[in-house]
Amino acid sequence: MNLYAIRAIYRFEMARTWRTLLQSIVSPVISTSLYFVVFGAAIGSHMNGIDGVSYGAFIVPGLIMLSLLTQSISNASFGIYFPKFVGTIYEILSAPVSPFEIVAGYVGAAASKSVILGLIILATARLFVPFGIEHPLWMLAFLLLTAVTFSLFGFIIGIWADNFEKLQLVPLLVVTPLTFLGGSFYSIHMLPPFWQKVTLFNPVVYLISGFRWSFYGVSDVGMGVSVGMTAVFLAICLAAVWWIFRSGYRLKA
Amino acid sequence: MPPIIIVRQLGKTYASGFQALKRIDLEIRRGEIFALLGPNGAGKTTLISIICGIVNPSEGSVLADGHDVVRDYRAARTKIGLVPQELTTDAFETVWNTVSFSRGLFGKGANPAHIEKVLRDLSLWDKRNNKLITLSGGMKRRVMIAKALSHEPQILFLDEPTAGVDVELRRDMWAMVRALRDTGVTIILTTHYIEEAEEMADRIGVIHKGELILVEDKAELMEKLGRKQLTLHLQNPLEAIPAALAGYPLQLSADCRQLVYTFDAQGEHTGIDVLLRRLGEAGIDFKDLQTRQSSLEDIFVNLLRERA
Repeated sequence: MNLYAIRAIYRFEMARTWRTLLQSIVSPVISTSLYFVVFGAAIGSHMNGIDGVSYGAFIVPGLIMLSLLTQSISNASFGIYFPKFVGTIYEILSAPVSPFEIVAGYVGAAASKSVILGLIILATARLFVPFGIEHPLWMLAFLLLTAVTFSLFGFIIGIWADNFEKLQLVPLLVVTPLTFLGGSFYSIHMLPPFWQKVTLFNPVVYLISGFRWSFYGVSDVGMGVSVGMTAVFLAICLAAVWWIFRSGYRLKA
Repeated sequence: MPPIIIVRQLGKTYASGFQALKRIDLEIRRGEIFALLGPNGAGKTTLISIICGIVNPSEGSVLADGHDVVRDYRAARTKIGLVPQELTTDAFETVWNTVSFSRGLFGKGANPAHIEKVLRDLSLWDKRNNKLITLSGGMKRRVMIAKALSHEPQILFLDEPTAGVDVELRRDMWAMVRALRDTGVTIILTTHYIEEAEEMADRIGVIHKGELILVEDKAELMEKLGRKQLTLHLQNPLEAIPAALAGYPLQLSADCRQLVYTFDAQGEHTGIDVLLRRLGEAGIDFKDLQTRQSSLEDIFVNLLRERA
């Protein structure tokens, strides 16, 4: 195991985060705060609570997940896309590092960054609405699992993308709609029966439901199902990454 | 001592169907400077890229210091440093950080003393805290060399190290390469400048259209390269070469207005002075003359003709 290499990649990526602090951390915090002001404080005060939770508090887990997903994907995809774009990837490819070590460095850094971000948003939300966390360990576990899974997903997108447009395409056209329709702002029980069924094909539903359960003890789908589905998505991403390195897809001619 | 690099039947066909390498065999001796000459697109970079792990071979194998570069890539790559042709650096990293990064990536623990030595040797020490984006092209080239040397490799690949580099830096680079060789590092460089190969290399390989058409000691190759031609533009056309000049390797052009004399520029006597005197005695006047060194292109053409 080339631990020095994992550390070198991890540090390199984290240094990029601190260098672009404003863009990396501050802007998601600001945009999330805006959600809280609009949906939590302004509109939320005119709405009934859902499942016994005030609307402002209800959307906290969903909003954190929203940022976690989008940030994990963008951090990880950019982290591996950029070296490909400028050509510095040659060094990674010619180094004595295994695929696992490369992924551990890049995905580890991207996931760390989004977990830090998630915690900052959590603290920010607490300033706007009062809420408690019933299962803090489960909350952290979900945070970590989601960050790692979607950083892996982002890594795959970053490898697949061969131009900047593709890099934006999947997050914009797939991930954002899935997140908004995944129950960030509502309980899926509020949907008509048909759409409740359709929505079960959306993996984000399980993430948000499980995450919300760790906060308030209420969820749209069973807790076991949430963990199971997240693990399945993680396994799919791992398999895709394994295939990428085995075949050299978009990395080696 | 066994060769430090053994290339066996190495071939590469790209997805497009382009055959970049055609079953190449090559051995690099421990501690030598080997120059790989060839025109653009000959396969130099593909060969280097396969050895360094950036491109997957289609067939054949490479051993680097006894380790297969595919199966045992970790051991093989630890021995190798690569300076690619393109100047690709991270814009916002500092010189110190990017060189330290490379060392870690190649599995070596931090060693500030070694990094300092590398940076000083390459005249980069004063720039160690500068961001890469602020450096000139020549300085970036040095940074890429520093990155390749950061993990103390035994084998160093320099892909076109002096392309687009000014004379001073080129001299520095040559001096640095020699100093490295003196410490026991084996160096493989690609170039399309003959002078560079002449200046640096112990042995020279010529690659053309994916085939290694020649591998020779420099001294022997230079004899072939040393041929020059003297062309005399005649005042009056000649019907035939006069009998008085029969002993000279002379050729008359088709329009009978040029005489071409081929000689060895490395030799003690080129014979030009005597030839010109004989021409005067024979009453042959010329209005202009020029000499031309046989180019790499000519060598290729000759080599290919010999092979055909």
